[in-house]
Amino acid sequence: MDALTTTATTSGLDTRRPIAIAVMAMGGQGGGVLVDWIVELAERQGWLAQSTSVPGVAQRTGATIYYVEIIASDGSGRRPVLSLMPVPGEVDIVIGAELMEAGRAMQRGLVSADRTTLIASSHRAYAVSEKIVPGDGAGDPAKVYEAARASSKQFLAFDMAAISEQSESVISAALFGALAASGALPFPREAYEGAIREAGLGVDASLRAFGRAHDAAVAELRAPTPPPPPRTGAALKRFPELQPIGDVAFDAMVERARRDFPAAAHPMIAAGLARVVDFQDVAYGAEYLDRLKPFADIERGAADCPLTTAAAKQIARAMAYDDVIRVADLKTRGSRFSRVREEVAARPDQIVYATEFMHPRMEEVCGTLPAGLGRWIEARPGLMAGLRRLVDRGRRVQTGTIGWFLPLYIVAGFGRFRRGTLRHQREMEHMQAWLDQASRAARRDVPLGLELLEARRLVKGYSDTHDRGEGRFSRLMAMAARLEDRADAADWVRRLRQAALADAEGRALDDTIKTIESFL
Amino acid sequence: MAERSFAKEVQDLRLGDGQEFRGEGILAITKALLQSGVGYVAGYQGAPISHLMDVLADAQDILGELGVHFENSASEATAAATLAASVMYPIRGAVTFKSPVGTNVASDALANLASGGVTGGALIIVGEDYGEGSSIMQERSHAYAMKSQIWLLDPRPDLESIVRSVELGFELSEASNTPVMLEVRIRACHVRGSFRTRANQRPAMSVKDALEAPRRDTGRIVLPPASYAHEKEKIEKRWPAAVKFIKERGMNEIVPGDIGDVGIILQGGMYNGVLRALQGLGLADVWGTSRIPLYVLNVTYPLVPDEVVDFCRDKRAVLLVEEGQPDFIEQALAKILRQAAVPTPLSGKDLFPMAGEYTAAVMGDAIGAFVRQWIPDMLAPAVRASNAPPALEERHARALAEVVPPRPPGFCTGCPERPIFAAMKLVERELGPHHVAADIGCHLFSIMPPFNIGATTMGYGLGPASASAFNVKAGKRSIAVMGDGGFWHNGLTSGIGNAVFNKSDGVVLIVDNYYSSATGGQDLPSSRASNRSRSTRHPISAAVKGLGVGWVREIDRTYDVGRMRDTLKEALTTEEPGPKVIVASSECMLNRQRRERPLFNKAVKSGQRMVRQRFGVDEDVCTGDHACIRLSGCPSLSVKQTADPLKDDPVAAIDNSCVGCGNCGEVAEAAVLCPSFYRADIIINPSRWDRALAAMRAAVIGFLQRRRAGRRLRLA
Repeated sequence: MDALTTTATTSGLDTRRPIAIAVMAMGGQGGGVLVDWIVELAERQGWLAQSTSVPGVAQRTGATIYYVEIIASDGSGRRPVLSLMPVPGEVDIVIGAELMEAGRAMQRGLVSADRTTLIASSHRAYAVSEKIVPGDGAGDPAKVYEAARASSKQFLAFDMAAISEQSESVISAALFGALAASGALPFPREAYEGAIREAGLGVDASLRAFGRAHDAAVAELRAPTPPPPPRTGAALKRFPELQPIGDVAFDAMVERARRDFPAAAHPMIAAGLARVVDFQDVAYGAEYLDRLKPFADIERGAADCPLTTAAAKQIARAMAYDDVIRVADLKTRGSRFSRVREEVAARPDQIVYATEFMHPRMEEVCGTLPAGLGRWIEARPGLMAGLRRLVDRGRRVQTGTIGWFLPLYIVAGFGRFRRGTLRHQREMEHMQAWLDQASRAARRDVPLGLELLEARRLVKGYSDTHDRGEGRFSRLMAMAARLEDRADAADWVRRLRQAALADAEGRALDDTIKTIESFL
Repeated sequence: MAERSFAKEVQDLRLGDGQEFRGEGILAITKALLQSGVGYVAGYQGAPISHLMDVLADAQDILGELGVHFENSASEATAAATLAASVMYPIRGAVTFKSPVGTNVASDALANLASGGVTGGALIIVGEDYGEGSSIMQERSHAYAMKSQIWLLDPRPDLESIVRSVELGFELSEASNTPVMLEVRIRACHVRGSFRTRANQRPAMSVKDALEAPRRDTGRIVLPPASYAHEKEKIEKRWPAAVKFIKERGMNEIVPGDIGDVGIILQGGMYNGVLRALQGLGLADVWGTSRIPLYVLNVTYPLVPDEVVDFCRDKRAVLLVEEGQPDFIEQALAKILRQAAVPTPLSGKDLFPMAGEYTAAVMGDAIGAFVRQWIPDMLAPAVRASNAPPALEERHARALAEVVPPRPPGFCTGCPERPIFAAMKLVERELGPHHVAADIGCHLFSIMPPFNIGATTMGYGLGPASASAFNVKAGKRSIAVMGDGGFWHNGLTSGIGNAVFNKSDGVVLIVDNYYSSATGGQDLPSSRASNRSRSTRHPISAAVKGLGVGWVREIDRTYDVGRMRDTLKEALTTEEPGPKVIVASSECMLNRQRRERPLFNKAVKSGQRMVRQRFGVDEDVCTGDHACIRLSGCPSLSVKQTADPLKDDPVAAIDNSCVGCGNCGEVAEAAVLCPSFYRADIIINPSRWDRALAAMRAAVIGFLQRRRAGRRLRLA
């Protein structure tokens, strides 16, 4: 049997420990590149390094962990025995290439308050489970920030995805820059840049991202107060001012709104007015205020008028429904053309053409016709079927070409006839029924009224999706009618709404309805 | 063309005597094979040894210079059977595949090989796909070594040790006329380290020499009466010879320690983990010095009884570190100690969990328990009074559990398999759910959200075979999915041939993405690329028709969701008897991007007119119901929080990683979702004509837009 080690074995243990670095990334993010840079960096500084990863199909977009250990050579030429996987509580640096992956590192016990520097890109790459929720399924970044500040020695987080995109580079370069700035490794900045140069791929872009991230990290480290987590939900909303714009009719309406409605609701009313007037015309704005009035009256005196605010939001959405005319209008606007250029990050010297994927059905066509005619056609299945063969198919609309722009532009122009269309009549009937039920409820039970208004959130999407949403909305309103005189009605309607938005198949909603029926 | 190129790294395979090699484990193994004078190498890709195949493929020039023959085997069975060249001839051969799944497939050949025995060293390098990152059922290769009597090496995860094991492995194989299995775990395959090299050796006898001077010996062929003799020979000759060799050459290692009254016996693969755990207890250091004596089993089968007895005899207690179950080694050790009447208590799976990977945490707990039980006074005070607070406070742990989403692997951005399953979802809406037999490959991601398609997976290429029982008259048909990799691996016969012969009425969907993609994009017979050393471009459809399938449909662009859906519907409803086979082909986007992007960027740099396509979502048209995402799951199609106060839910958004595959638009169109998707054609380096046309269009359209904008109220 061989004696494995040459060193004396009695007591005299070397107490030095390697520096342990874990990189939490998603497959395809280039975590491997970052690890190679770190190894290169350490070895160029005369350190000994060992890196491992879990390869294969596990890396196809899934959460992946890379692990590196480095230790200064003791000059004896002997190789250290380094771990192939992170030891909970013994990791010095954790790098999260995405915010939730940093969270995952904490869950795995890799982050400890006494020794771990946690570096994370604050951007979100939403997981499938977050994206497929019909409502808002995104996890709250603040929770990760809280845990990170409490459980790490040093927490450094900012949007490195944005930096790498500006630099037309990869996130690894930005993360490497943040690592350099954190000072968690005893190496000078030049050594890091040397490692990037050594690798020799996309050097300039990488160095650009590295530099920008380095600066951003330094700035954050110098900041007197730690930066807040990325804003989400309500914090992101931008409200217009409820103020005159120099149009007589509109300004009169603003005047009236200011007079008739509590100040707390003004921002939402401003947003609502803007939407409905943009959708149709100023008169439509007046109708909007008329529909809003009853709700304001009900909670007159209330400080933060939640009922009026909810009404202001949902009535505007209901009045500015998405019909063919609206879509044609939005797609043909100049502002939209420039927004597309921005979104695809086109350079000034590049030409951009957009192709829309539209699939109009006979339902939409009839909806756009004068109500009488629309109904007349719908009443004739044979005719419907015949026309469907003509109309109902996917169309690739090249909005940037005159041939396609003109028809869209003309459809958008139908706005002036909108009030006479079948779709408009139906939308208005549907809305009135809803508002009547909501205001009736609100008079006796304001929270319930509020929930019935918010329930409108279920009605969204187009064609099939829209029909499904409306179906759920109707089921909810029906249940609400049966709950009306209960003290906890509002609470149950809220639960119904949340359930309806929880999954696409409507399982949660069915369960909640069963639960309610069990005690009704 | 493999996903990763080793063209640069393989140059290190030329290193000579006493030079330093730096790199990944798999490259070290390749170098070790050349240093050992291997005559031929074969194998089948699969994590974690895919890269070993890629390295060999990229090293073909070097192999050629040395007269080493290399093959990409059709399956692990083919690879194992290749070792037949070492039965009669003194040629060293090595094959590689993932394990245990690959070993399952290879077992027939391996059993025959092991029965007759070998003349030339035969090495089977298995990538043990166990623990974190594994994509298969959790089992051990150890059982195969035992059942066929193949020696099993489990070297320390350190390049020096792995290389030494390869070299000694060949010698052991020759000394005992027995094939040898070298087990490398996932992380060991990809550990980066260094070792001192030796010059490569030409094989003493090449396969060419053998071919020109054939030999035969019926005594080596598995047929009575020889087969009976083989079994006796295994026990009477080969086993003792192996034990003698292992002992004499000191393949297992001892780490001496001053605390001599206890000891730890471990699989070589566990070495670094054990050392780190001991370090945590203050009983070892980073240079491999341990205060507790260690007996490192670089050979886990067979065991060397004398070594075991010598190590255990004078100890108060011994701990065995054996990952995986059943606890084969623990049972064997107990027997050895019992028979040698050694009273030393043996711990193992009593302190370690019976099942599951020996992670750092598990290792620390179990070894800590052993130390506390037998030598508590040897613990550093700090460790003894370990009242360290938990890394994560309870409230934070709960908060994180709420917000941190699971992130299993899934289809890549622009994956051509995504639209296939989107189409299946649409068919499901119309014809209801069907029994879907899934297979091994990227397409297996369909079983997860958002698609949730697929009921079972029975092994690589066995998708259609696993639907065989459903071949009865019924109101619905079964759908079996199989990739091009699985098809050529065995699906052609086990699935298609079986379906034709048994007049199956089911639907078989063959996902052809031009490569064995899940394993790293290796070429296959049906690959479209021209490969200088392999024969490609053999269409799957031709093979299927050749086997007698009447109903075959080829879809050459899977992104055509509408066509995909209609073809599936036809397959599920047609009156035509016999299996209905759909071959859906589009190139793996990962490989396509890897190939095309550099060319595209080069063209752009050189000023050529190029058009880049990517998709987008009109924020103000999107209502945030996310139906599009439920039919896609593409990483680049996500949601974003909106500033619009009237929108409660986040809207869909497409980021710049979009490769413009078209799936979003096709789905929105086919599923009649919504008009918010658009495709942007970005003309880079536009021609003079482009500019003129654009200017003309902008003039007309701009005029109309300004006209209408003028009438519209300017609202905030």
